Amino acid sequence: MSATATAHTNDNYLNHEKGLWSWLTTLDHKRIGIMYMITVMLFFFIGGIFAMLLRTELIAPGRTIMGPETYNRIMTYHGTIMVFMVIIPGIPAFLGNFVLPLHIGAKDVAFPKLNLVSWYCLIVGALVAFTSLFYNGVDTGWTFYTPYSIRTQTGVTFMVVGAFIMGFSSILTGLNFIVTVHKLRAPGMTFWRMPLFVWGLYSTAIIQVLATPVLAITLLLIACERLLGVGIFDPTLGGDPVLFEHFFWFYSHPAVYIMILPAMGIISEVITAFSHKTIFGYKAIAFSSIGIAAVSFFVWGHHLFVAGQSEVAGIIFSFITMLVGVPTAIKVFNWTATLYKGSIEFKPPMLFALGFLFLFTIGGVTGIMLATIALDVHLHDTYFVVAHFHYVMVGGTLMAIMAGIYYWFPKIFGRMYSQFWARITFVLIFIGFNVTFFPQFILGAMGMPRRYYDYLPAFTALNRISSIGAYTIGLGFLIALGVILQGIFAGEKAPANPWGAKTLEWTTASPPPHDNFAVEPIVTAGPYEYR
Amino acid sequence: MSTVNAHVERHSPLAHHFRDMAQQFDAAKLGIWIFLCTEILMFGGLFVAYIIMHGLYPAMFAEGARWCDWRMGAANTTVLIVSSFFMAAGVHYTQTNQRVKAIQSMILTILLGCVFLVIKYFEWRHKFELGLLPAHFFHYKGAHHANLPMFFSLYFCMTGLHGIHVVVGMCLIAWVTIRSIRGEFNSEYYTAVETVGLFWHLVDIIWIFLFPLLYLVG
Repeated sequence: MSATATAHTNDNYLNHEKGLWSWLTTLDHKRIGIMYMITVMLFFFIGGIFAMLLRTELIAPGRTIMGPETYNRIMTYHGTIMVFMVIIPGIPAFLGNFVLPLHIGAKDVAFPKLNLVSWYCLIVGALVAFTSLFYNGVDTGWTFYTPYSIRTQTGVTFMVVGAFIMGFSSILTGLNFIVTVHKLRAPGMTFWRMPLFVWGLYSTAIIQVLATPVLAITLLLIACERLLGVGIFDPTLGGDPVLFEHFFWFYSHPAVYIMILPAMGIISEVITAFSHKTIFGYKAIAFSSIGIAAVSFFVWGHHLFVAGQSEVAGIIFSFITMLVGVPTAIKVFNWTATLYKGSIEFKPPMLFALGFLFLFTIGGVTGIMLATIALDVHLHDTYFVVAHFHYVMVGGTLMAIMAGIYYWFPKIFGRMYSQFWARITFVLIFIGFNVTFFPQFILGAMGMPRRYYDYLPAFTALNRISSIGAYTIGLGFLIALGVILQGIFAGEKAPANPWGAKTLEWTTASPPPHDNFAVEPIVTAGPYEYR
Repeated sequence: MSTVNAHVERHSPLAHHFRDMAQQFDAAKLGIWIFLCTEILMFGGLFVAYIIMHGLYPAMFAEGARWCDWRMGAANTTVLIVSSFFMAAGVHYTQTNQRVKAIQSMILTILLGCVFLVIKYFEWRHKFELGLLPAHFFHYKGAHHANLPMFFSLYFCMTGLHGIHVVVGMCLIAWVTIRSIRGEFNSEYYTAVETVGLFWHLVDIIWIFLFPLLYLVG
């Protein structure tokens, strides 16, 4: 595909400079990616502990280990941490940062300083958000619905200001990626030769840039509402709390696609690499990413079907929501067609990608169910919704993150990890996930409301199964952490291209040199020239 | 030795990851335009809130707008438009290597920014004295409309957020002015002046929308 890096020096981005200070001030996209990885893993660990506590409380009806006030707070922190600090920065800022410039043959992202600033925004925002712990916690849920979020005597102000600052992290990453894709592609790297992960990141970046500012002003208004009494969202001052829901979901529904589009990009890479076959329908997958990003801005009203929105608006939003299913299904069909007659290798990344196909499809199809107004009236705010979005966020995004980590691990650290234990993590996470969340579909259909501290005795058996599944997932991720640490510190040395993949990053050394490529690559063919 | 290298690096405007100056300039230009889009969307939230609330309470907005002196608003509009003209002149003179004129234009832009803030200060002080403030601090007794504080909430949120942008814009112009005095810009390299100029024009345009919405709506 291009000139292979043959400079056999030991100088790579990991040992180019030494010391903690060189990391904290680095402008190298690869190092910033690693800093994001450590940060996101830390937050994922904290959010995961909160999840375990929630499932432990719900293992039996009535009080098990905590009171209702504590439960509300832990539920809120689980949601806010997982959304704002784990899944949103998870793929773009960690894997995207590392891989994007390598994928298009660039030396770095367009604005390295902004890239570093974005990491500090995440850290400062997270610290401000956690300050709320010293002000009686936050008990609103991650959605901060008014008027409760204005009235509650808890640290909502810190949490929303923290999320506001973290929003800048997301905006800066998105801005950087759009410019990088447009302006820094290597000679010969046309748009139709870009790997599909780049298309996924590009579509994500568009949403990050256009939707996040609306969340920023909304959260700022919540803070002003509490401090000054602005009144726009406060019914006692003449405001409209439903307006808040519109504002919030105008960001937060597209945000769902910030979480899933880059995940779909990873899946495209992994499935084609381990089928050793050209991807089926390259342009269809690329266009469908842009299609999902475009439609994502016009579906937010499906969160307001029972909030007093007009029936006409409800029908329109219902229709547009189902429309998202079209580009999504195009992707799923193309991935499946790629597998057809491929030489499939069940390496750990591929296992997670296949798990993604299975779980994400369930998440997507239940999404279409919830888009149907008549059904949503029954299922709204039940555990059915909880199961649906966990199938998409965990079954989709987290499975893809795991696939991506296992796929690019040799490139990132220049070492291999234990294939056997990596497969074990897949088995535990995949089975644990289904055991946890499938019963929640049934619980929701039976009418168990989400977010409640307590439930009727009739729901006990399914809740118990769900909690046992949660512990299995927890164990799976702990082992995955072990696999990663063992690989980093004691893994065998990895060759430049351990999987026989065809995209540009595999042509350079593992780990890559400081400038990514010894010679600037000149691209003469597409990204998946297998056979 | 290392200090010499650092010195050389700081004065070479081409960053290591760009092929040439044209690529670097194009990247910066696209970047600032995307950033301006995010600014418009952020203010967009406030504009939508304004439109919805105005639809609910048109009489209340008419009452509130009477407390906004259109002459001061018009004066500030003129000040910002003229300042935008000088900023554009600053960019033009930088591009054509007329450094002294460029510096003079940018200093005039900053001074006009100060004039804007002084006028804004008198307007705000007047409302603070009367107690025309957001609900938690509202203490004006003669309001006809029960929700009048909401108008002033929007007034202070919108002009406040805009005011922050004016201050940030002035700091940025001061920064490029200092760099210009140091002789860092010429017809080959003027990226920072151009991007800061675009930001300043956006700040100006947002005010042009705020002025009729807050001052002339009655």
